[in-house]
Amino acid sequence: MQRKINGKPIIYLDSTATSLKPQPVIDKENEYYKRYTANIFRGIYTTSEEATREYEGVRVKVARFIRAPKTEEIIFTRNTSESINLVAYSLMPTFTKGDNVVVSIMEHHSNFVPWQQLGEEKGVKLKIWQVSPTGELNLNDLDKLITRTTKVLAVTAVSNVLGTIVPIREIVRKVKTLNPNCLVLVDAAQAVPHMRVDVTGWGADFVAFSSHKMLGPTGVGVLWGRYELLEAMKPFQYGGEMIREVRIEKTIFKDPPHKFEAGTPHIAGVIGFGAAIDYLTKLGMQRVKKHEEEIVGYAMKELEKIKGLTIYGPRKRAGVIAFTMKSAHAHDVAQILNEDNICVRSGNHCAMPLHVSMGIAATARASFYIYTTREDIDALVQGLEKVNTTFR
Amino acid sequence: MDIYRQIILDHYKHPRNFGHLDNPDAKTEEGNVTCGDRIVMEIAVTGGVVRDTRFSGEGCAISLAAASMLTEKVKGKRILDIMKMKTPDIINMIGSPLTPSRTKCAILPLEVLQKAVVSLKRNGK
Repeated sequence: MQRKINGKPIIYLDSTATSLKPQPVIDKENEYYKRYTANIFRGIYTTSEEATREYEGVRVKVARFIRAPKTEEIIFTRNTSESINLVAYSLMPTFTKGDNVVVSIMEHHSNFVPWQQLGEEKGVKLKIWQVSPTGELNLNDLDKLITRTTKVLAVTAVSNVLGTIVPIREIVRKVKTLNPNCLVLVDAAQAVPHMRVDVTGWGADFVAFSSHKMLGPTGVGVLWGRYELLEAMKPFQYGGEMIREVRIEKTIFKDPPHKFEAGTPHIAGVIGFGAAIDYLTKLGMQRVKKHEEEIVGYAMKELEKIKGLTIYGPRKRAGVIAFTMKSAHAHDVAQILNEDNICVRSGNHCAMPLHVSMGIAATARASFYIYTTREDIDALVQGLEKVNTTFR
Repeated sequence: MDIYRQIILDHYKHPRNFGHLDNPDAKTEEGNVTCGDRIVMEIAVTGGVVRDTRFSGEGCAISLAAASMLTEKVKGKRILDIMKMKTPDIINMIGSPLTPSRTKCAILPLEVLQKAVVSLKRNGK
């Protein structure tokens, strides 16, 4: 990514979509292909043992990173979407007509559509937790939303549009008081990469996130779930690797996590992901968070100076800023910024219900990570001035 | 070459044939959901020829300029010829280099217009 396009460097401001990857991660992923390519759990031979050890070693790292009580509670998936689908599909048999699921209006489609579709299938009502005009959730709303028949509350820890940091611990505590049987699933795709997450401290039942948003390879996601829940759940997919015994008349599955990992997984990706966790651990999540707070604070201050620019969401936020400009549609903003290789997203960022509720068709979004500098923000500001000049 | 040539910006800021017809023979609305673009096309047809056309809606500079240019281009054209128009015709009309994602914005108005023509036929006009 240090290459130039049309003689100009790339200014990457779309880390909410996916992060850049440091060299140690790329090297580690390659190491599997170069030194010990073999399927895991199968061979008695040395390279297969090596690959298995590396793969399972990452499970330990992930568990430690998010403070999971048990390593067996870490399930590798393809991405956050698959992690959430796993829960929705595995829980499906336990739903009955008249149950309901609560989601917030600012959920990414990946934590909205699986529940909506499950609802259609099983006659389960989808209830929406609205946000305030500044994009915050009011915990008092839960008194009405969470009922005896609420099976799941699915909520994001950090909004991928507004940057809202959601008080998960307080929410879980309140939900469990209102209905101890209501399960809480947290979409932590925008939280785990950016702040210290402690799933035990949160008290949630399921937490989903992706490797590729936290310096790791694409194609690897994580689902953490409380062990007794995972134990009781049906597998989501059937196939190789997840089996203890197959007879013509029946099959006995392995214990979690392996019963949820059917087929050959993305071995190289998981191994590379381990290097990403090492990288972040070495930096320290406290420092990661502090850097982002500095950058987003500076960016907010600078962006507010631009004529006709509106920022959405709360003042105190994670490293993401969605905005509109009076002079130009979000697409045109992104297009003009692209002339100087400034990469921002435009559209509804997989959060169409939120955009509809805010009454806007599309926003432009700049998002930051450990490598974002003040110079990147200055370039963005210059680019946005250019938008105003072009569309004056 | 710059995408936002003067002519594009001119059509975007001063759209031609923007508004509504009193008695359209067909009116179709279509959106590009991920972009937040929404285009409405209205046409009046006599003897298989477009007598008049209007558009409305909201969107990016490319989709709105394309809609504006298209309404000018199709006035007096046979509806059969409108159905024959394809993506390269629109790219030529725009005259700017378009990436695949922006091509979607540019062809939205044509798609809406062609749907209007199809609905016209269905209604036996």
